[in-house]
Amino acid sequence: MNNPHLILAVLFQLTQLLLVVLAAPMLTGWVNQCQAWLQNRSGAGLLQPYRVLNKLFHKDAVIADNASWLFRITPYIVFACMWLAAAIIPILAVDLPFSQAADVIALVGVFALARMFIALAAMDIGTSFGSMGARREMLVSFLAEPALLMVFFTASMISHSTQLPGIVEALAHHQFVLYPSLAFAGLAFVIVLLAENARIPVDNPSTHLELTMIHEAMILEYSARHLALIEWASSLKLFAYISIGIALFLPYGIAEMGNWAGLPAAIVLLVGKLALAGAALALLETVSAKMRIFRAPEFLGTAFLLAVLGLLIHFLLGA
Amino acid sequence: MPITHPGLQLQRLAGAIPVWHGRIIEADLLPVCESVRDGGGRLVALWGSDERVFGAGFSLHVVLVNEAGLICLTLPLSAVQPDYPDISAIFPAASRMQRAAYDLLGIRARDACDQRKWLRHAAWSEGAYPLRKDFDHPHFGSSLRSPPPHQGEEAIDRSPAENGTQTHDDYPFVQVEGQGVHEIPVGPVHAGIIEPGHFRFSVIGERVLRLEERLGYVHKGIEKLFEINSLYDGCKLAGRVSGDSTVAYAWAYAMAAESIANVTPPDIALWMRALFLERERISNHLGDLGYLGNDVAFSFGFAQFWILKEQLLRNNAELFGHRYLMDAIIPGGVRAGIDESGKQTLLAECEMLEREVRLLRSVYEEHAGVQDRFIGTGSVAPELAARLGLCGLAGRASSQAWDMRVQCASAPYGMLDVQMATHRNGDVAARVIVRFDEIFESLRLQREIMANLLGGDDLAYPVSQLPANGFGIGMVEGWRGEVMVAIHTYAEGNPDRVHPHDPSWQNWPVLEHAIIGNIVPDFPLINKSFNLSYSGHDL
Repeated sequence: MNNPHLILAVLFQLTQLLLVVLAAPMLTGWVNQCQAWLQNRSGAGLLQPYRVLNKLFHKDAVIADNASWLFRITPYIVFACMWLAAAIIPILAVDLPFSQAADVIALVGVFALARMFIALAAMDIGTSFGSMGARREMLVSFLAEPALLMVFFTASMISHSTQLPGIVEALAHHQFVLYPSLAFAGLAFVIVLLAENARIPVDNPSTHLELTMIHEAMILEYSARHLALIEWASSLKLFAYISIGIALFLPYGIAEMGNWAGLPAAIVLLVGKLALAGAALALLETVSAKMRIFRAPEFLGTAFLLAVLGLLIHFLLGA
Repeated sequence: MPITHPGLQLQRLAGAIPVWHGRIIEADLLPVCESVRDGGGRLVALWGSDERVFGAGFSLHVVLVNEAGLICLTLPLSAVQPDYPDISAIFPAASRMQRAAYDLLGIRARDACDQRKWLRHAAWSEGAYPLRKDFDHPHFGSSLRSPPPHQGEEAIDRSPAENGTQTHDDYPFVQVEGQGVHEIPVGPVHAGIIEPGHFRFSVIGERVLRLEERLGYVHKGIEKLFEINSLYDGCKLAGRVSGDSTVAYAWAYAMAAESIANVTPPDIALWMRALFLERERISNHLGDLGYLGNDVAFSFGFAQFWILKEQLLRNNAELFGHRYLMDAIIPGGVRAGIDESGKQTLLAECEMLEREVRLLRSVYEEHAGVQDRFIGTGSVAPELAARLGLCGLAGRASSQAWDMRVQCASAPYGMLDVQMATHRNGDVAARVIVRFDEIFESLRLQREIMANLLGGDDLAYPVSQLPANGFGIGMVEGWRGEVMVAIHTYAEGNPDRVHPHDPSWQNWPVLEHAIIGNIVPDFPLINKSFNLSYSGHDL
């Protein structure tokens, strides 16, 4: 790896980092806007999440007297984790320097780290809602994580790599093949995406009913910049998950590292894919109701089963 | 005569609904209550009044209802030691009413098993009873008829101790003990913008072992305020006891006043009142059905039902001058009529609502996820409902076939042949079904009312002065259940004691039972399916 190449790689990486952190709230805004349209409402527009972040950053933070350093530091850790995750995933181009640093298993670990801190912070404050949310979050996530790993393993088996660039490389740049195993893994991934991002039917990100909350219950005590960082991190997480989905199942058209000429086309294609995925998510959420919390294990069990089926099909058919 | 008991003299009061009133002696109270209960009757309301200005003592008033009508019993109490036998063993719903009567007036139910305070928080001290005529308060002073002075700095600057208030509100909740049991306190400040109420859950994991409510956070002193209001201002105030039932309260108040003054409003006014009441019912049911969708994260339903509700409210504003029909009803009649083009607007609206609600009903009923959340959730068995006196819409969803538009049909309901909607299951799904059925019935009634509404000259007859020593009761089937207003006059002129009663008094305690065995995240849905009033209860 010579010097100019390294600079180029870092430039590419920085472009992706900046783009992701700036565009993530817009994806959330897009999903909300699509939902509004599907419900015959006019909606708040694509820029609403930015306005909310701006408002929150201008407020004074209120912190409970008995909050420890854990509570204060958690928003920064969660935000950093999500940003790091977004850096690892090949979004704009493959083979970025950061993506060498961690494979898919480490990626799952990064998400888990953020979750652990947010659950600890929720309990740190000592309110009943915090502990209730943390408890439910752990129930959902410990069922979602194995399913996510199985999805990754299926993709890894096909591409013989646990590195995301390797997987994308294998799927995007080889001859176009239909993988039945990936179809099962894709279904499982959608379920995991819904559960991990606190979406309907597992959780409801827009609810005000504190007793039904999972993710929101954990962050009830946060305000101002802390809340802004957590909201932003949630947007980043959704962006990261959809990007993982694109990388695993629709990687076609991603730019090669260092290929500036291919970048505009890659960006346009990426925006198209994100818009499509966001609209599909909005549709899915609009037509479903939230399930009882004790149905979530069945739901996530289905995801795990589908992912295992994908893996089995790969072994049986070699595809 | 709805009930006979040796020595009990009941007199039929004038007015739109069958009400019998009589004085009772203490020894007869429990036997009479028992015989009403055994005959399938229920407790409607319980309140007290301070009649020491006549040299008498206090009075306890108990309103019961059976198939023949309302029975109002008045029990005179001593001025020195005002107490009376506890009736909560016969009617469990009486318990909180008795506790509230003690907090407000200092009349105690002897040997009641629950003697904790209920409406009194920290705003006034123990031993002060706001509804006594000699209650000393900066707003009221000695002359009750003069309007309250503006709360000046003087009142604000006084420390809580000097004001007679406490800084702490120690309320002994019932503790559930055992391994793994913990408490979740919720409210009175909630994550959403709703009325304040405190809910104490004792849970194991997500399963609710016990729920205890603590209400009274929106106590506004409405009953005290009635004492200084004129007859017509009192009607406005009655319309603000619970904003979602403004028509029902205003009508019940007007009905009670008309009963005392012996005035029958013009026919057209009665038809208009029924029209208003049905519109209030439709708009609240539409809103609730939307909220029930929202509570299971089915926002599509929420948005659609609220579009319909908004259309109805806009028509209200355009035709009758107020979105929620506040102050449309006045003693003696109504303030707003309707013309031919207005009728056309409403008929078109009826048609649109009928079509849209039918469509949305099929969406709800065919949605597996929604039905999975509704069916079997928050179930109240008919036997329990009967024992606890569950009333109104929630009662009808648990086989309690009571509807004042059917049983005590005041004009014009006697001519409308209302079809009562009932269900057996008593779960959230049943309460949804009853709401849907009632919307369609109300749409039918609205059409029928419009066919009967002929142009008249007068919208209202004047009700000037109420006679002295008068007593009247008005009762209307609001959308939530039976809304009752009782008016006492001592001197000639204006009401001296007004007691508004919301059906939520009966239904709040039943909610504590409905949640048992369900999981914590289902509580908001169950709560919404009852949709009880805080303001109407806390007064």
